[in-house]
Amino acid sequence: MAKEPIKEELLQSISYKAPKTFWMDTPAQIKPGMFCWGAKAKSLNVVGMPNARDWNPLDEDWKLPENWQEILIEGLRERLDKYRSLRLFLDICVRCGACADKCHFYIGTGDPKNMPVVRGELMRSIYRKYFTTPGKVFGKLAGARELDLQVLKEWWTYFFQCTECRRCSVFCPYGIDHAEITIAGRELLNLLGLNIEWIQGPVSNCYMKGNHLGLEPQTIVSNVEFMVDDIETLTGIRINPTFNRKGAEILFVTPSGDLFADPGTYTCMGYLMLFHELGLDYTWSTYASEGGNFGFFTSNEMAKRLNSKIYAEAKRLGVKWILGGECGHMWRLVHQYMDTWNGPAGFLEVPKSPITGTVFDNAKSTKMTHIIEFTADLIKHGKLKLDPSRNDHLKVTFHDSCNTARGMGVFEEPRHVLKNICRNFYEMPRETIKEQTFCCGSGSGLNAGEDMELRLRGGLARANAVKYVHDKHGVNMLANICAIDRASLTTSMNYWVPGVTVAGVHELVANALVMTGEKKRETDLRGEPLPAPEDQTSVSARAVAQPEGEKAGGEANV
Amino acid sequence: MPTIDFQGKQIELDEDGYLVNLGDWVPELATVLAERDGMTLTEAHWEVINFLRDYYAKYQIAPMIKILVKEIAKSMGPEKGNTKYLYQLYPAGPAKQACLYAGLPKPTGCV
Repeated sequence: MAKEPIKEELLQSISYKAPKTFWMDTPAQIKPGMFCWGAKAKSLNVVGMPNARDWNPLDEDWKLPENWQEILIEGLRERLDKYRSLRLFLDICVRCGACADKCHFYIGTGDPKNMPVVRGELMRSIYRKYFTTPGKVFGKLAGARELDLQVLKEWWTYFFQCTECRRCSVFCPYGIDHAEITIAGRELLNLLGLNIEWIQGPVSNCYMKGNHLGLEPQTIVSNVEFMVDDIETLTGIRINPTFNRKGAEILFVTPSGDLFADPGTYTCMGYLMLFHELGLDYTWSTYASEGGNFGFFTSNEMAKRLNSKIYAEAKRLGVKWILGGECGHMWRLVHQYMDTWNGPAGFLEVPKSPITGTVFDNAKSTKMTHIIEFTADLIKHGKLKLDPSRNDHLKVTFHDSCNTARGMGVFEEPRHVLKNICRNFYEMPRETIKEQTFCCGSGSGLNAGEDMELRLRGGLARANAVKYVHDKHGVNMLANICAIDRASLTTSMNYWVPGVTVAGVHELVANALVMTGEKKRETDLRGEPLPAPEDQTSVSARAVAQPEGEKAGGEANV
Repeated sequence: MPTIDFQGKQIELDEDGYLVNLGDWVPELATVLAERDGMTLTEAHWEVINFLRDYYAKYQIAPMIKILVKEIAKSMGPEKGNTKYLYQLYPAGPAKQACLYAGLPKPTGCV
């Protein structure tokens, strides 16, 4: 586990001065705290990835196949033919630099190779050398260079210092999506067995057991039962969720983090309570038990393989449609990729809310709806009895997940929900939300422990915007609709903005949800006492359950 | 891959110090792993380790921290059934440190 850097030192170390040497002559430095461990032989083997062996990124020798250059160039050739977007994005960049300071990794590291334009040049220079006439003839003068080991290590370093968040693409006058370049770069690195273990481990778990964490069916059931017990203590209501039930109307799939780790478990309790109150005819699956898809951070082919299990399970159970939990990248790939992988899912029906009758036409082809759309629709139709005063101890802001916001345009649904379930809602500055949202800093499978410095640097831009509303309005709750956000923002807030807690929106929905036959609620879902009616205007931040030493700034009375 | 000398054998560890082969674990190895961090395992530490191992045998993963807290409360009394108590025992975090000594793999994914 990498040691956490000291905050002041980290901030002072960020310099936006470019190195003196030309970028091609400045080799990448692989520094502890800034990279993830290499994929293990056993994880690579499970899904039949090439060059499966244990290797250490810090070693000189990465145990590559002898003809690795040939493999990479041929791999690039194949992808240039297959993905017209990639060829286009490599061809049309004029290096205007509009994207340069839009990347959270550039903001947090000051490393010019984290400017999206330069990260793109890492691949463009190779593309020019091997696939364009000027590059072949004029070499470096035309921005081309040979593919050597130094270039390969540079690719590995920087394609795993990009979270594929696509903020840069919003500002590009040509609409170049640099995430597509990172995605292609990672695919190519995977041809040489150069994935990171934090991605490859979950991929192999998901392939073998149906979810990233490797939760066995009995573990999923036991964890959900544990939450059901807690819900009973809280509300006096016993919920009886079903698993792998054939003939249910809806299959519910959420990231496995929600079934295992705080604060996702509170979000999960929120789903359970909401579905119970609605009397929803739904089932959990212990096989398709992962909403996320770390295969997407590996290669399109791997993403397709992992995505297919959700549809196979929907078919096996004979459900009508699929409801997805609070996940980010699940939705980018369901809405933008899934149709050409495993779709269209003709055997399912277009999602239709059994409560309001709303037909989700936007999911006509994929048959999968994000729970935030589902819940926003419920509230719009007045189908939920809500007591927002039960969230009066919270001053809430909303972090748009890159993938739901930029990937599918979900801007208003979470806000509509939040404004109905809590009475203190504050937006972060305009240039840091909605389509311009800043990444949590740890997306695309970079939320490991060993790259903590990288994560904290990458999380700085988002944290800075949270700090702004924390200082100005006393915001103490950062709501979101993504499991990676719930995990990574918790770490980032503890470091950058202590006193701000992180929660999935459905945790806050369940706090406010008045359930039929419930007993008087004494606490919120986390067991924290609810504000007494007379102090509902004063707000005090709750300290999350953690050791004393980490609680600094945990109280923020306004 | 790093290794540790134990009873005349080389035991393989991953980069973060977790056992590569979970079958290598014996109680004495937990003591050795803890000593590397300058820790002496007391009965209270063992209570957690034993619970983790029993849980792992049944569920193939470390328990949610909430489950651990509840179990410790049951066996050792409500005053010890809290995260603070567990962090006192295992300052680097019960999930990470106790699992490491107990010979469990570290969890991965959106966590």
